Amino acid sequence: MPVEQNKGSFNALQYIHAMRLTWWKITAIVLLVYAVIGGLLLPVPELSQLGETIRNLYYHVCMWFAMMILFTISIAQSIKYLRTGLIEHDIKASSYAGVGTYLGLLGYATGAIWASFTWADPNNPAFASFGSIMREPKLIGAAIALLIYGAYFILRSSITDMDQRARVSAVYNIFAYAMLFPSIWIIPRLLPSLHPGQEGNPALNFNDIDARMRMVFYPAVIGWAFLGIWIATLKIRHKILLEQKWFAHEK
Amino acid sequence: MEALNQYTALLKKEFLLESRQQHTLYGVMLYIASTVFVIYLTIDSPDADTWNSLFWITQLFICINAVAKSFLQEARGRMLYYYSITSPVVFILSKLSYNVLLMLAMNLVNLLLYSAFMGNPTESFLQFLFIGLLGSMGLGLVFTMLAAIASKAMQQASLMAILGFPLIIPQLLLLVRLSKTAFSEVFRDGVPQQLVLLLVSLDILIVFLAVILYPFLWKD
Repeated sequence: MPVEQNKGSFNALQYIHAMRLTWWKITAIVLLVYAVIGGLLLPVPELSQLGETIRNLYYHVCMWFAMMILFTISIAQSIKYLRTGLIEHDIKASSYAGVGTYLGLLGYATGAIWASFTWADPNNPAFASFGSIMREPKLIGAAIALLIYGAYFILRSSITDMDQRARVSAVYNIFAYAMLFPSIWIIPRLLPSLHPGQEGNPALNFNDIDARMRMVFYPAVIGWAFLGIWIATLKIRHKILLEQKWFAHEK
Repeated sequence: MEALNQYTALLKKEFLLESRQQHTLYGVMLYIASTVFVIYLTIDSPDADTWNSLFWITQLFICINAVAKSFLQEARGRMLYYYSITSPVVFILSKLSYNVLLMLAMNLVNLLLYSAFMGNPTESFLQFLFIGLLGSMGLGLVFTMLAAIASKAMQQASLMAILGFPLIIPQLLLLVRLSKTAFSEVFRDGVPQQLVLLLVSLDILIVFLAVILYPFLWKD
């Protein structure tokens, strides 16, 4: 069936309407514009060791926060799937996990840039200390989380039956997440670390961050998390449309 | 009461199967022997730290091999039969207990071979034995649950390793750390007890999760 296209009469108002910009999407845009501009221009504490790289806090730490928020939503959807058996919840769980994994990779990338300025000794090339950097407890925790979700996607792709795939991957998702939390709590207490936030969770403690930085940091966390959710909802809509097309084709 | 009867019957069935199909048990033992022999040939006389970490890695691989078969050998038809006669909770509890017992036995075999081939660098052998048994229990529990998950998918054995390695890292780190008490490393007061407590509570968490989650895997 040919899709009717309505060329030429495009304007911004229609576009906003078509995108269904709800309050949280607008919040995401506003907060991220603020986080990028404010994050680069507003004053920050001067620390000789960090210098201006301290601004990476607004991007690097936020990636991890957003990742954990998305993984938590994914778990909630998995539990909902096991309770209701609606395939829609399975689609949501896998999409949130996918975007969360992507944010985790971005967290690694931003962290690597930051570490190469602050941890790597100028007398040592960065790659020489790679081994010691990878042993960081926070990095191990993050690596475990990413490996778990990598395994989650491999598990999904190795089961062909749709309902069974949904059920088995939901079980693994819940099991792995429940095991991940103790490990994030345990590992930092076993190994020495250069990473800030040795006692407990970094950046959640009010005394950890300068007041000026909190003004940007918390909005940035919310902004990035909303952006992740936004991307995930687009993926979910796409997948649901594909499912519908598939079922229409079957009939 | 009926659940208890079912549980003992299922556990008895596991032992009976093991005694009838002895090739699987001997297969695992031979796996241990050849692994230890290869390690012995490639490394002459490892120091205590190397010995410790090699021991735990060997134990991990033994666990994957020994536990994987517990769900792989159950044919579809037999699972259907269990479905009609028992409940999922009883079934998974019997599997968990059997695999824990199996891993405890395999731990002893592994430890024996390690001591025979590569000497025994431990200061307090009894302590290491206790830690080994505690650790094998945890490994057995985690991988039983993962075998149950992987048995629903293709390429089960390799999938089990992929699913399991990220989850087992914290336990392995705890065990390697704790084992150092047996190599006369000095700990602050109360730290070893704390580690043992952590491991035990992790094990309880796994059993708890298995009991909650297995009923969902059970329906086919």
